[in-house]
Amino acid sequence: MKKPAAILYALVTSAVAAQAAPTLTVYTYESFVAEWGPGPKIKEKFEKTCGCTVQWVAIADGVAMLNRLKLEGAATQADVVLGLDTNLTAEAKETGLFGAHHQDASQLSLPIAWTDADFLPFDYGHFAVVYDTEKMTAPPKSLDDLVNGDQNQKVILEDPRSSTPGLGFLLWMKSVYGDKAGEAWHKLKGRILATTPGWSEAYGLFTKGEAPMVLSYTTSPAYHIVAENTQRYKAASFNEGHYLQVEVAGLIDKSPERALAEQFMAFMISPAFQDEIPTSNWMFPAAKTSAPLPETFNTLVKPGKTFLYSPEEVAKNRRSWIDEWLNAVSQ
Amino acid sequence: MTRLPAIFALAVIVVAIGLGIGPVIGIGLGQGMAGASPFDGYLWQVLRFTLLQAGLSTLLSVGFAIPVSWALFRTTFPGRNLVIQLFALPMALPAIVAVLGIVAIFGRAGLLAKASGVPIDIYGLGGILIAHVFFNLPFAVRLFMQRLDGVAPEPWRLATQLGFSTGDRFRLIGWPAIRSGLTGAASLIFLLCTASFAAVLTLGGGPRATTLEVAIYQALRFDFDPARAGALALVQLVLCAVLVALAGQYALQMHGGASLASRRYGFTPASPGLADTLLIGTATLFVAAPLLAIVLSGISASFAWSAIARASLTSAAIAIASVVMSIALALPMAFAMARAQSRAGQTSFALAGVLSLIVPPAVLATGWFVLVAGFGLSRWLAFLLVAAMNTLMALPFALGALAPAARQVLLPHDRLCASLGLGGLHRLWRIDLPLLRKPLFFAAGICFAVSLGDLTAISLFGSQDLVTLPSLIYAQMGSYRIDSAAATALVLMVLSISVIILAERQGRQS
Repeated sequence: MKKPAAILYALVTSAVAAQAAPTLTVYTYESFVAEWGPGPKIKEKFEKTCGCTVQWVAIADGVAMLNRLKLEGAATQADVVLGLDTNLTAEAKETGLFGAHHQDASQLSLPIAWTDADFLPFDYGHFAVVYDTEKMTAPPKSLDDLVNGDQNQKVILEDPRSSTPGLGFLLWMKSVYGDKAGEAWHKLKGRILATTPGWSEAYGLFTKGEAPMVLSYTTSPAYHIVAENTQRYKAASFNEGHYLQVEVAGLIDKSPERALAEQFMAFMISPAFQDEIPTSNWMFPAAKTSAPLPETFNTLVKPGKTFLYSPEEVAKNRRSWIDEWLNAVSQ
Repeated sequence: MTRLPAIFALAVIVVAIGLGIGPVIGIGLGQGMAGASPFDGYLWQVLRFTLLQAGLSTLLSVGFAIPVSWALFRTTFPGRNLVIQLFALPMALPAIVAVLGIVAIFGRAGLLAKASGVPIDIYGLGGILIAHVFFNLPFAVRLFMQRLDGVAPEPWRLATQLGFSTGDRFRLIGWPAIRSGLTGAASLIFLLCTASFAAVLTLGGGPRATTLEVAIYQALRFDFDPARAGALALVQLVLCAVLVALAGQYALQMHGGASLASRRYGFTPASPGLADTLLIGTATLFVAAPLLAIVLSGISASFAWSAIARASLTSAAIAIASVVMSIALALPMAFAMARAQSRAGQTSFALAGVLSLIVPPAVLATGWFVLVAGFGLSRWLAFLLVAAMNTLMALPFALGALAPAARQVLLPHDRLCASLGLGGLHRLWRIDLPLLRKPLFFAAGICFAVSLGDLTAISLFGSQDLVTLPSLIYAQMGSYRIDSAAATALVLMVLSISVIILAERQGRQS
């Protein structure tokens, strides 16, 4: 019985052959390297210029990636780690594995100034409440509207203990309400239909019509417009401002391929890489693209104000803020 | 002689689990157990909720499964086999797929709410219970029917001769048979519900619905606090072990009544009466409606065939490997349990069998990862680790199907075999395996389904080179491709039911 299994499996995965050229091992999250994600094209483009082979190692998500690095320590196979966000970089630095990227941050086009010498952004997006226009004609105009609005119009959120958007929303609430965040959560509680473990569950329930609102990104409607040709789902613009997520990459300081890794970082903020971001990763590019963004992206919500806690603040307070949330919504 | 393989299997399991939990506690100790005692108010609240939802889920699943399995067993009607095979499907579904199917029927925008016009809100304990009964009622029905099928023809014939009423038949023959599998089934379901994660969070309505498993996951993953995770895992381990051991004290063995496991031999099935129809109909609708919703949303969607084909092969390869390994571990354990003289002996095997359900996969995976980190996680190693973890996940199901059957079949042939001088492998090959053919294939079908539906192990060790159907579904859902995900889920269901039907057909041939 075991032999057919082995043969089957060999058939399935007999792709990678041995090569002589240097190999750049990049840890990244799964959807980045899915066949519809930006990974395959980026690999192809970089390999044309670097005389190397790019080996993706796909790990569930940013948090899992960081945990993998903590467990592996100096023995890590990674040369580049792509797909952490700023909520994780303080902890990532503590591993002592990362080194300076030596890139010129002035090439970046972000809603905020960038000063981190170790981590370099490759895309960004603002969190937003996405609503179903067939179920909701008057979406909330502010976070405060959401908190105090009609309790029958439910929203689906993600759990900040297990999901990046979930944590993003927690930080958004904290940015707007500060010390009163607990009270605000308590008010919002009645409006929350479900707090799912990840974005996929939340978005799945939302598109099944279970609730008229879900926590997602300002870019979500772009997917529905471009890929499904429908204007049904829109992001609500909140007048307090929106919380930002910046996705970054870093290189392993002691990597034997450090020079190659630096070359990859330079490539990452070049148009060749950035062109793949908008319609494959459905985020905003962090630097110049070779052509203007697709028209659809101009129709998306443009936050008046951007919130972002520093990585150190998040690392220091995350636990107590999560406890505050737990207390407020568990009563 | 017969105990040696069983002790070996036991050792394999204990070592595999020790290797998982050991390094996690080791890292925790290295950090000076910084997290201090895990016993705070939060933990008590989590514990209370875990026990409440798991207890209620078990009670409902088992409580309904008893009359449903009895009704299904006694009756004959067109499509009966299909219903029984359909009942094997929920187990093969990743939680997220099942949840979306359930929501399509019972949700706020679901069929029931639309048809009745009454607003339905299942988010909360209700939703959790619906999901858990959806997963476990059909499983329990199948286990109980397996027990009823195992009853020898003589009692039924006698009952006919004596003109027993249906009630008497149930009380004197059916119930004892079901009871012989009851404690095992109930413990298993209780543990499955304790370890439930995605369904609890998604349908639970908020963080009040947090199980111990979620707390462990959080400690390990988001806080990277192995000390706390290890301590919580130990709490879960002790708690569940005590419960399983307690349940073992009430386990009732079925004595005598050996059969060649021929189906409903000596029994004349009737056409279902009103009560039977209602029972079977309700249970079937409850299980089939969400499944049908998944089929319907998948059938018109776009199939990403090349990705699906690759993922199907990977899934099948992993599932076959774990079926072989879990049966290889479960069979000697089932034999040893059948022959164990003391309750303690039986309980220790039963405990080892469910150990893998008690130790959270996230903890196991972390420990295993630390052990192999030095080698780099190659594709083959990842394949092996996923298959090994699926083996541990499927093992309790295999044992649940094989242990009662072994007890029923093995002992009555001891004297005969002894007088014929048959023993060892010779006897295993000539007598025991043919006698156990049906439960073996039944167990293989369950293990295949469990492994096929696994999203836990694959998401811990999978990579772009190792994509199974559930991880493909999750990746598709994670990038807005909900339609393609539904199509992939449909393929998963078709593959799963085909294998189950095939296995059961094989099991019936002699």
